[in-house]
Amino acid sequence: MFSETIELRGHIIDSLILPKVLVQILTHGANFKIGEIKIGKKRADQSFARIEVSAETTEALDELVLRLRQHGAEVAKRADAQLAQAPADGVFPREFYVTTNQQTFVRCDGKEIEVQPAMMDSAIAVDRKKHSARAVKFFDVSKGDEVVVGHQGIRVVPVQRSTSRTDLFQFINTTIDADEPKSAIIRELARELQRARRAKGKVAIVAGPAIVRTGAGEHLVRLIELRYVDRLFAGNSFAVYDVERALFGTSLGMNLDLAFARGGHENHMRAINAIREAGGISAAVQKKILTGGIMHACVRRHVDIVLTGSIRDEGPIPGVTIDVVEAQKVMREKLADVTHVLLLATIQHSLAVASMLAPTVKTVCVDIDPSAVERAVEHQPLQSIGLVTDVEPFLQELADCIADSGPVAAGDRKRQ
Amino acid sequence: MRELLLCPPDFYGIEYEINPWMSRARGAEAALAQKQWKELYATLSKLDCKIHLVAPQPKLPDMVFTANAGLTVGRKFIPSNFRHQERAGEAPHFAKWMEEHGYEIRWLPDDLYFEGEGDALFGDDVLFCGYKFRSDIQSHRAVADMLGCLVISLELVDPRFYHLDTCFCSLPDGTAVWFPAAFEEYGQRAIREHVTELIEVLPEEAMHFSCNAVVIERDIVLSEGAPKLVATLRDHGYRCHQLPMSEFIKAGGACKCLTMFMPQRQ
Repeated sequence: MFSETIELRGHIIDSLILPKVLVQILTHGANFKIGEIKIGKKRADQSFARIEVSAETTEALDELVLRLRQHGAEVAKRADAQLAQAPADGVFPREFYVTTNQQTFVRCDGKEIEVQPAMMDSAIAVDRKKHSARAVKFFDVSKGDEVVVGHQGIRVVPVQRSTSRTDLFQFINTTIDADEPKSAIIRELARELQRARRAKGKVAIVAGPAIVRTGAGEHLVRLIELRYVDRLFAGNSFAVYDVERALFGTSLGMNLDLAFARGGHENHMRAINAIREAGGISAAVQKKILTGGIMHACVRRHVDIVLTGSIRDEGPIPGVTIDVVEAQKVMREKLADVTHVLLLATIQHSLAVASMLAPTVKTVCVDIDPSAVERAVEHQPLQSIGLVTDVEPFLQELADCIADSGPVAAGDRKRQ
Repeated sequence: MRELLLCPPDFYGIEYEINPWMSRARGAEAALAQKQWKELYATLSKLDCKIHLVAPQPKLPDMVFTANAGLTVGRKFIPSNFRHQERAGEAPHFAKWMEEHGYEIRWLPDDLYFEGEGDALFGDDVLFCGYKFRSDIQSHRAVADMLGCLVISLELVDPRFYHLDTCFCSLPDGTAVWFPAAFEEYGQRAIREHVTELIEVLPEEAMHFSCNAVVIERDIVLSEGAPKLVATLRDHGYRCHQLPMSEFIKAGGACKCLTMFMPQRQ
């Protein structure tokens, strides 16, 4: 939303100019917020109102303000944001403005520009010629780039809480503890994901190794097969465990019946080697080396796999981004059009993804650790649900609910 | 005794088109215009009015419409800032004349359009002001600041009734004559809230500029062609003086447009 502050002065109450202006704002599909109002005490006293008018586009706002000026509205003078040049590559000017993940506007040359994308813990670089403003990380900024400093000329629009009772996220918007019932929420989440599919939303899964180790992999595979997953974000170890399970039936040498397989401790190393030898996960699927599991399902169903590395990784397997700065870039890029995110049993990866999300992305976090859930959902205070539970029963119930209502029609989903 | 300012129609004519009534193809007959104006002068003179005349100026044909010279309250005169360049030349002549006659000239900022008594009419202690076609609403605030009175701003929506005095006329008993369709909804509501009784003019009578009337106590001087309004006004105890105004209606004006009160209010 774009906004402008207008001021009305005069006998705006007796002349009914104030209600007229407010009605005009609404009939033009815009909104208003009265910031200040002073009503004259005596008959001849003039009144004053300061009104923030917001509209969907700058064009709609300009046209509306032009109309309101006919009725005496004056545009309140607002200061431009202050800019300073980045002193060196990768260094912001001192006092740089630090972004939140809320929709943000910056005023330059008297006009508001929306900062793209809405990304927290960034600075704002402004290109006055192109009339654009972008949220930038350290590695994005070059010496001489103009960066916003201080808070002047900045407007942040928090996500509004919906009053709709049909919106699961905004209605519930809480954490369900371990000892609370979850079935109703999971059923509603299934319906929400179905609505997202129909609306061409994009669903991302951030998956931790516990999914494989607890045996929940088969349920995730069902979701993938039902075409409810567009992106999979995970670490090297998740992929390795999944491949180990697919090739040897174990994860970290352990069978699902809690028995250690003979020579099982070697299995994950052999799994890594197999994928490296094949030239990567996709190649292993094509060569029919990898014939089951989550990675296999992702390749079969054209799910985007975004794998990033960590300091503890063995291998890593080909396709894992090991440069952390590069990994952040890739993750941001792959999250840009995502509408729904399921953060499943992986605190570090969940926190990294949550910090990159726009505030409107609907987020579900499932973890056995209550503090992990709490930390992950705090980035999306009005768009999140946290469930403190083992990930296996959660995924099983979610997959069951979705399977009961059938797969997404093939035509509903564009192949990637 | 009321004092009025009039301007003889020596240079009057339809020389440009700045409202829907004006058509250079349908010019005013100079002799008939003179006759009609003299009849107005005579009628007002008989009503115990002191009439002042400002000298007409060549190339300023609309100077005859003195109501648009400005607004006079007490000894203050607020000259008009005409919206159209064609009339802007009138302002210094009116201001000079008023100054020479002892009025304190209170100029509005140059960027605020205001067309005097044409868009500013008192009803009791309230100054009703029209805006959009000629005056800016911003000028109303400046006038309210200068005069320290309540100003009701009314948006005009019919370009044929481009000044407030073409569609609204307040009477001394708190009543007002008006043509509601000339105002938008909120303006209509504001008028209803501030006027105790309203006499509505029929569209066909409004087209004869019957709202454009000069009210001197119980006498009302208006253009002919509004029998129903005249009957209503007589029922309210007013004496009506109906005058032919055909040549001035061709320029979008009639009795009131040809007259400015000095002052409109003390």
